[in-house]
Amino acid sequence: MKKIFRNLAFGLILLFLYAPILVLIIYSFNDSKIMGPWAGFTLKWYVMLFQDRYILQALYYTLIIAVVATTVSTIVGTISAVGIYRMRSGLKRPYLLLNNIPVLVPDIVMGITLMSLFIFAGMKMGLTTIIIAHITFCIPYVILAVLPRFNRLPENIFEAALDLGATPRQAFWKVLFPEILPGVTSGALIAFTLSIDDFVISFFTAGNGVSNLSITIYSMAKAGINPKINALSTIMFGCIMILLILINIRSEKGIKHIQ
Amino acid sequence: MKKILLILSLLCLPFLAGGCGSDDRAELTVYNWGDYMDPEVIAQFEEEFNCRVNYETFTSNEDMYVKVKNSSDTYDVLVPSDYMIERLISEDMLRPITKDNIPNLANIDASAQDLAFDPGNQYSVPYFYGVLGIVYNTAQVTEPVDSWNLLWNDKYASKILMYDSIRDSMGASLKRLGFSMNETSEANINAARDALIAQKPLVMAYVTDNVKSLMASGDAAMAVVYSGDAAIIMSETDNLGFAVPKEGSNAFYDNFVIPKNAQNPELAEQFINFMLTPEIAARNIEYVGYSSPNTPALALLDASWSDNAGFNISKEDLARSEIFKDLPSDVMEIYNRAWTEINVSN
Amino acid sequence: MKSFKEYIAYPYGLWMLIFIAVPLLVVVWFSFLSNPDFKAGDYTFTLDNYQEFMDPVYLELLYRSFLYAVIATLICFIIAYPLGNLIVSLPGHRQNLMIVLMIIPMWVNFLLRTYAWMVLLSGSGLISQFLGLLGFQDVSLLYTQSAVILGMVYNFFPYMLLPIYTALKKIDPDLLRAATDLGANHFQMFIKIKVPLSLPGIVSGCMMVFMPAVSTFVISNLLGGGKYMLVGNLIEQQFLTLNNWNFGSAISMVLMTIIFLVLGIARLITGKELDTGGQLL
Repeated sequence: MKKIFRNLAFGLILLFLYAPILVLIIYSFNDSKIMGPWAGFTLKWYVMLFQDRYILQALYYTLIIAVVATTVSTIVGTISAVGIYRMRSGLKRPYLLLNNIPVLVPDIVMGITLMSLFIFAGMKMGLTTIIIAHITFCIPYVILAVLPRFNRLPENIFEAALDLGATPRQAFWKVLFPEILPGVTSGALIAFTLSIDDFVISFFTAGNGVSNLSITIYSMAKAGINPKINALSTIMFGCIMILLILINIRSEKGIKHIQ
Repeated sequence: MKKILLILSLLCLPFLAGGCGSDDRAELTVYNWGDYMDPEVIAQFEEEFNCRVNYETFTSNEDMYVKVKNSSDTYDVLVPSDYMIERLISEDMLRPITKDNIPNLANIDASAQDLAFDPGNQYSVPYFYGVLGIVYNTAQVTEPVDSWNLLWNDKYASKILMYDSIRDSMGASLKRLGFSMNETSEANINAARDALIAQKPLVMAYVTDNVKSLMASGDAAMAVVYSGDAAIIMSETDNLGFAVPKEGSNAFYDNFVIPKNAQNPELAEQFINFMLTPEIAARNIEYVGYSSPNTPALALLDASWSDNAGFNISKEDLARSEIFKDLPSDVMEIYNRAWTEINVSN
Repeated sequence: MKSFKEYIAYPYGLWMLIFIAVPLLVVVWFSFLSNPDFKAGDYTFTLDNYQEFMDPVYLELLYRSFLYAVIATLICFIIAYPLGNLIVSLPGHRQNLMIVLMIIPMWVNFLLRTYAWMVLLSGSGLISQFLGLLGFQDVSLLYTQSAVILGMVYNFFPYMLLPIYTALKKIDPDLLRAATDLGANHFQMFIKIKVPLSLPGIVSGCMMVFMPAVSTFVISNLLGGGKYMLVGNLIEQQFLTLNNWNFGSAISMVLMTIIFLVLGIARLITGKELDTGGQLL
């Protein structure tokens, strides 16, 4: 009895979570501009999507921004995390406080503060300003993901490695780094996801014809319902599913490997 | 090792896809209303003049003004409306047009030139014009559509769409009360505000571009629209009508201007001239739906446009419509404050 | 680790000063100016902007933003807490599967998820058609208060579920078994053990929903049809449409202060820092 109730609950929640996405996908094949009755199967919205230069351009920028921001934040974040770990507590507290601000402060406030800075400093808004903004809100998450890993390390593992004859470089890469690697990958993943999905901060710091996917979707959504957006959703959702399946296969391979 | 190579090669993909190497064509940055120019026309310009057009869009004159005024982004071509052009001129933000560089100006009808906001067309070149009016669903609306009052009729509760723009919505409310759309008296402005607050429960939404899809699907019974949007909706959907209320309305002119700090003013003038060629103008008209003062372009249009009430604006309607004037900042403060109060009210 | 000094963290420290601290200070400074043309430079200190905000019109707006955010948070909690318990009761690998299933929608673009509800709720959309079948003619849920709150719940629900699930999972099942042995019934176990032990997760989840909900402008814009202005919309309007950066800055400062207050209260309740759930991935 309890099982039925439980499965019903899961079913309802999953329906709630996926219904909108499924509707988007189904209607992306509907031969009608409005989301009403079914009017026949068509792929024309997908064709129109790929002919829309603004969407393709937005996709291009979104990926570039995400890749650059993720790479920079992961490297800088990890290095800084190492430094933070060695920091005296008098400096550590304000440092971490500053680092937490982008995490705690609402997106819109981050957006307008950065926009105000750029305007006040007379900087030209464009790809550079967006990337700076993305790096600024990504690094904190990398640090938050990597730093705890240090706290779990045995106290003098680095010195122990040195004692056992490793050079500092070997000790770092072969002993320290593998321990913090899960945090680094986790941080990189979070940074990438945040950057790809960002809207508000990008909205305020974009310019000069540079626009990311979220901004483009927002303008299109404000103009009303458009099946091209549905087609885009379907493709993006498909990519996510493929990615998940790939990750799943790899992790299962990993498990089998250990076994 | 293999993993690292794989990751690195994946990282390179976006760079390759975007086209490596620098783009050394000339650049033109255009800032226009959304849905206000045929993208294929822009592409054709890029091809013929071997340049790259950075095309950005805005949804209101005010948004455009804030962006242009504050950011150090430079634009080569802007397409503001009359009152905004007035403001930009008074703030010395525009570059005078060299008429010799735009021979196609000859195609523009005299009635759209030398208007109060830009005497002698020193700074602007006409693009589209229109009037604010009401588009309505003939199947759902049984009353004659001849007054702004219809938007306050609670028979159509939750089926009325208002425009998400200060001057347009306030303008409709002012006209309904018998005031001018360029009203400066605080008492009258506040009266218009109160009427809009009273109307709010009847309003389905404050919209801009999505007025088209909402009227097309029949979700809404009537909407305050610019005539061009009405023309487009009506050309695609049946059962729609367009009317300009008898109290009078707003006539607007959207013109090309070149900001003072434009990086490429010569190319900008070529762009404007290109847009005035009859074939190009005709294509834009068919894409945008707004009325055009370009006489040879009108001749190239399909016959169906002459029946379109949103496209063919009658002389009477134009005569009883006012063009917005740029109001002094202390008056605009009253409007802005009123608008915020309307937005916040229940 | 003698070769790693704290200096390597200094470059980012500088970055933070330039791109986090200074922008905030700039905005704080703007909020105390009354000159709209800040470049021209009439830098007189004034409290006008804050005073202007203390107007019933704006306070009502703030109240409404709070109300919607609180309602959305509550709804998320009411759904997520029992759900979290149910998931924890599943066998191990199924737990992971179920959690992943619940989180996948979070990876779909936020704008797209909101747009999806625009489609579903519109007058000619599925939900209206369905309600029409039940006899409710001509009902459109789009552009209503419910639509805005629904949008908040849908978008931020995973942020409530994750911390709660993580916290529930950490509860040692032996504790629960001991409690039953000592005679506790389900209800007592729930109130006296589960809730207190998962409290950090609950508070975390509430914060992660409340904060974006109270400051959103996208959801109220797309799903509210411009009728339900929230604090986020007001700030956006001041900065991008009305060119009133001074007032906009003041509002942002008020919003930030309130959020920090709420965070402070949360910290008092749980006695520890906010856990953003970064470990889960």
